[in-house]
Amino acid sequence: MANKHYVLLLLSFLVLCCRQSNNESTLTKIEGERIEINNDLKPKPEIEEFIAPYRENVNKNLDSVISYAPETYAKGDGAFNTAIGNFMADAVLEEGNIIFNKRTGHNIDLVLLNFGGIRSIISQGDITTRTAYEVMPFENSVVVVGMKGDKVMEMMNYLSKAKKAHPVSKQLQLTLGKDFEITSVSIHGKPIDLNKTYYVATNDYLYNGGDRMGFFQPNEGLEILDYKIRNVLIDHFKKHDTIHPKRDNRFIKLND
Amino acid sequence: MKRRQFLQKSTAATALVGLSGLGLQSFETYTTKKITILHTNDVHSHIDPFGPDHKKNPNKGGVARRATLVDRIRKENPNTLLLDAGDIFQGTPYFNYYGGELEFKLMSMLKYDLVTIGNHDFDNGIDGLYAQLPHAKFDFVSANYDFSNTVLDTHVKPYKTFVKNGIKIGVFGLGIQLEGLVDKKMYKETIYHNPVEIAQDMSRILKEDEKCDLVICLSHIGYYYKNSPNRVCDLNLAKATKDIDLIIGGHTHTFLPKPTIEKNSVGKNVLVNQVGAYGLYLGKIDFYFEKGKAPKAEGTTILV
Repeated sequence: MANKHYVLLLLSFLVLCCRQSNNESTLTKIEGERIEINNDLKPKPEIEEFIAPYRENVNKNLDSVISYAPETYAKGDGAFNTAIGNFMADAVLEEGNIIFNKRTGHNIDLVLLNFGGIRSIISQGDITTRTAYEVMPFENSVVVVGMKGDKVMEMMNYLSKAKKAHPVSKQLQLTLGKDFEITSVSIHGKPIDLNKTYYVATNDYLYNGGDRMGFFQPNEGLEILDYKIRNVLIDHFKKHDTIHPKRDNRFIKLND
Repeated sequence: MKRRQFLQKSTAATALVGLSGLGLQSFETYTTKKITILHTNDVHSHIDPFGPDHKKNPNKGGVARRATLVDRIRKENPNTLLLDAGDIFQGTPYFNYYGGELEFKLMSMLKYDLVTIGNHDFDNGIDGLYAQLPHAKFDFVSANYDFSNTVLDTHVKPYKTFVKNGIKIGVFGLGIQLEGLVDKKMYKETIYHNPVEIAQDMSRILKEDEKCDLVICLSHIGYYYKNSPNRVCDLNLAKATKDIDLIIGGHTHTFLPKPTIEKNSVGKNVLVNQVGAYGLYLGKIDFYFEKGKAPKAEGTTILV
């Protein structure tokens, strides 16, 4: 027994010495790798079982049919306006205006969304809630900005230079010449009045300068609708048995 | 009984407790210690794997598969930490339906040790994040977000230290500038501080005051911005600081095939890693420590 204690004491002493003389551990080697998660790895059953009821509930809800698409619509279907973009902008106009008008007595004069914000195609066939999640997975919501005509003109200049089919609503008619210069522009069929206040609906991402849209600020006032773009789409789908998106002449470029 | 008391009283013997059963002949193996750091970032609510028909990532990802891999690695080396560099939320309907509950519950089941906060983790507002905290059995770190005037006050620490097999590991968190990226009504009174200055303070505290053997920065500031090369990012942070061994990044969804080796402000190597997004990959970094060895002139061997 006494011997054992002695050994322990000696060992302790050695360890203490070691610790003091070489105070810290030295990092001598680092190895780094990246491991792919693929189907060579078996799912852990306990985790799978835990996810299952959540998955089932989400899928049941997402796969409920809420409308019908007679064709397939993609954001690459046109250079300056597309059926899917027109559909989205007009849906924001129609659904958003219900809330905006009730709150302020005014009406939305124009909607501008962004090309990059269309995240998926709408496939021919049944439209489900999942479609709305695919087209708009983000949480962005509708805001309505009071903008003087000169700021609206800034927006038109932006659109003329962007060379993208950023979705705009049906009240706008914007025509570009062959060098992308603005040859005509109107809202509600009238030229833009530089001193008038227009009510422009967009999403909070763009309002805050997303896609370099600097023209929304400063402005003549902001109304936050607390209405997600995705919910606009879901509500709009539910109101229409069949959707009829169309490409038209709201934003075009003349080639000669 | 006597022996037991003796062990409890002696600090030196505490070190021996770890050796019990190994015997003297194992002294050699004791001198090398391996710490494994596993990490993910920007998983964005990707709980299920991508389907076989997905154009970009068919059959990749999936939390249940990641769980199997993590279990396997932990079995090989119990001295493992599992970290996440933020943007846990947003990207699949699981988030829209359950607000992050399932993400946090699963990460708790995978025994994540520590995470930092990404901009999308504010997508249901700071209150939405706060509401999910009871489902997280892991801690949150952020050193440059000041949450004093928010509901997250006291729930997020600047750093956390771990001791694994006698090696002390310090991990601090860094978040991205929220203004212009996240609506103010979402992050409310959260105050953002310059990540570089904070990282300089943090690494000093962890190295000098906390005497950590390993200092890790868990960052959501982004890997590098090609169009704004001077913007604060992981690579610039690595160059502007010292005493950080590893920066685990996120935000830019950068798929690095292997960690980047950068020189810090005193010419020492720093590893910067990021594994893209959506849980397609798990990052694994092994640190080997040797006791009683003077640092080599050529420094640490890095095999990546």
